[in-house]
Amino acid sequence: MTSIYLGIDVGSVSTNVIALDIDGNLLASVYLRTRGQPIPAIQEGLREIRATLGREVTVAGVGTTGSGRGLAAVMTGADVVKNEITAHAVAASQVVPGVQTVLEIGGQDSKIIILRQGVVTDFAMNTVCAAGTGSFLDQQAARLGIPIENFGRLALGAKNPVRIAGRCAVFAESDMIHKQQQGHPLDDIVAGLCEALVRNYLNNVGKGKEILPPVVFQGGVAANAGMRQAFSRALGTEVIVPEHYGVMGAYGAALLAREARPKTSAFRGFELTERDFRTGGFECRGCANHCEVVELREGKEVLARWGDRCGKWSNAVAV
Amino acid sequence: MKVTFPHMGHLWLVLKAALTGIGLEVVVPPPCTRRTLELGVRHAPESACLPLKVNLGNYLEAKELGADTIVMAGGVGPCRIGYYSQVQREILRDLGCAYEMVVFEPPDVHFNEVWDKIKYLNRRPWQDGVHGVVMAWLKACAVDALEQEVQRLRPREAQTGLADAVFRRALQELDAAGSRKEVNRVVKEIKGELAALPLKPDVRVIRVGIVGEIYTVLEPLVNLDIEKRLGALGVEVVRGLFLSRWINDNLFKGLLPLPGHHPEKTAPPFLNHFVGGHGWESVGDTVTFARRGCDGVIQLAPLTCMPEIVAHSVMPAVQQATGIPVMTIYLDEQTGEAGLQTRLEAFVDMLRRQKGVRAG
Repeated sequence: MTSIYLGIDVGSVSTNVIALDIDGNLLASVYLRTRGQPIPAIQEGLREIRATLGREVTVAGVGTTGSGRGLAAVMTGADVVKNEITAHAVAASQVVPGVQTVLEIGGQDSKIIILRQGVVTDFAMNTVCAAGTGSFLDQQAARLGIPIENFGRLALGAKNPVRIAGRCAVFAESDMIHKQQQGHPLDDIVAGLCEALVRNYLNNVGKGKEILPPVVFQGGVAANAGMRQAFSRALGTEVIVPEHYGVMGAYGAALLAREARPKTSAFRGFELTERDFRTGGFECRGCANHCEVVELREGKEVLARWGDRCGKWSNAVAV
Repeated sequence: MKVTFPHMGHLWLVLKAALTGIGLEVVVPPPCTRRTLELGVRHAPESACLPLKVNLGNYLEAKELGADTIVMAGGVGPCRIGYYSQVQREILRDLGCAYEMVVFEPPDVHFNEVWDKIKYLNRRPWQDGVHGVVMAWLKACAVDALEQEVQRLRPREAQTGLADAVFRRALQELDAAGSRKEVNRVVKEIKGELAALPLKPDVRVIRVGIVGEIYTVLEPLVNLDIEKRLGALGVEVVRGLFLSRWINDNLFKGLLPLPGHHPEKTAPPFLNHFVGGHGWESVGDTVTFARRGCDGVIQLAPLTCMPEIVAHSVMPAVQQATGIPVMTIYLDEQTGEAGLQTRLEAFVDMLRRQKGVRAG
């Protein structure tokens, strides 16, 4: 019987589940597409983790993160619920001790985290733009008929990266199409696109922050060789991509669960992969706010409610 | 004449007391909701800041209740809100929404105009009017005192939301109160109730100061209930902006012994002069909060607010010199709740970890 810590990161694009042993070593990791349905994704992730590990495990702690962290926490019975910034910072400093800057670009959002002496001292997330960088790269690869895995590598052979307007994805796309119609070679265009996205990230997210090495680059976009190259050129320093760059959020959540050392985990058991979870919602007419209340049900039982401003519904369920 | 006015946090309670005091029939606009915002956004220029949009929504909703006259503040100086009353007047006229507007310009610049407008509005003998103004002032002080108590309790209460429920009732009772005695009784009773609320056994509370533009700081609809969110995360919120202090600083020239803003003393050398709105105060208050041992500061501003952008650009220097982390949040009708929540959680987590390291 081995004890494990689970980390679950439910994002807009991907859902990741990770299992660590009690010493913090990675035993198994699963990367799934969320496809707008976090509940089946979480269930599938846990099913795969259990299949990889075999049946003889006890769960000593569970941590959740990502935009679906609340839902995942109620569903699985999490001991620790942490936002993405903390989870990513903890994961990065575990892999690269002494890291001072974390660049994190996922499907929908991008972040920069500044650490000094192992503590987060500053952070920023995309606000007005620099959003959806991962999804945008995905879309462009599909439009050009290049598998996303090879898309970034194309940029490495570029001789003259084309300058592309990178203020936002809509401008970037129309400018890019224009450059294609002018007849620029594809590798120069892809390299130019990567540079535009990096410029956009550094101007909008990293704005004014002191970026010191070691710099860690993680999130799904770190798979893109073109983006990695563009970052190291723009920053003039080496950019480290950790081995498990795509699941660092889940890794951080598991590490945080391990750090919390719950006496007994609130985990609701692997059987939850077989249970029937459903979400529903209604508009409360109790006052003029008309809050949209969402509820999570297991069978007939209401597990949790959220979305109301006054607490009339969310406080009625003991979470 | 049925008078209405824009919402700003608990301002309605104070204005209602003052305006009924001078004998006017008052229509309080329905509480700010998503509908208010949507109505305003539909008819306002897109790049205008949030106060204009929400105010416009307030007027349109008050119209449905029969209001025909708007009382609002104008202004001079770099902040755009000064001419928003005129823009709103034109928009309402274009919509065919018949309103008379009585715009109060700052008393220190346009004292005679203010006097004329009060004379125009007043329907009662002067003694009654004075009584109304005194009641308004007492209610403002009462609301602010109770709200500070709620800010202290939110991170400490055993069940989230209880203090706010008591506070909501306090607002109704204060609204109904007709004399100094009654106001005092409500304050005393509510304070007793708040003191009796069960608390969590051992909470480690961190303290965060809120600075920024007055409307986004005071109006929970536009700041997405940021103080309640922070309270639920175990944060005691402190702020320098309160209605009673604003009235004291701006209308009574700081004559009453209330803590006021003294940006001329606190903001230099980071920012040496008035920049419109509350930009100067934002910088000054950040320095004050740092000196008083707050763990962090959150600056709130409507998107495109010029005074706060000036303050924002100065904040890194304040942060460097005082060591207090500052996070700036711009708000508009596009602001997403999930994004705000993540930023708040991350900020609070960061402060907790820093504190842990410093203490250990």
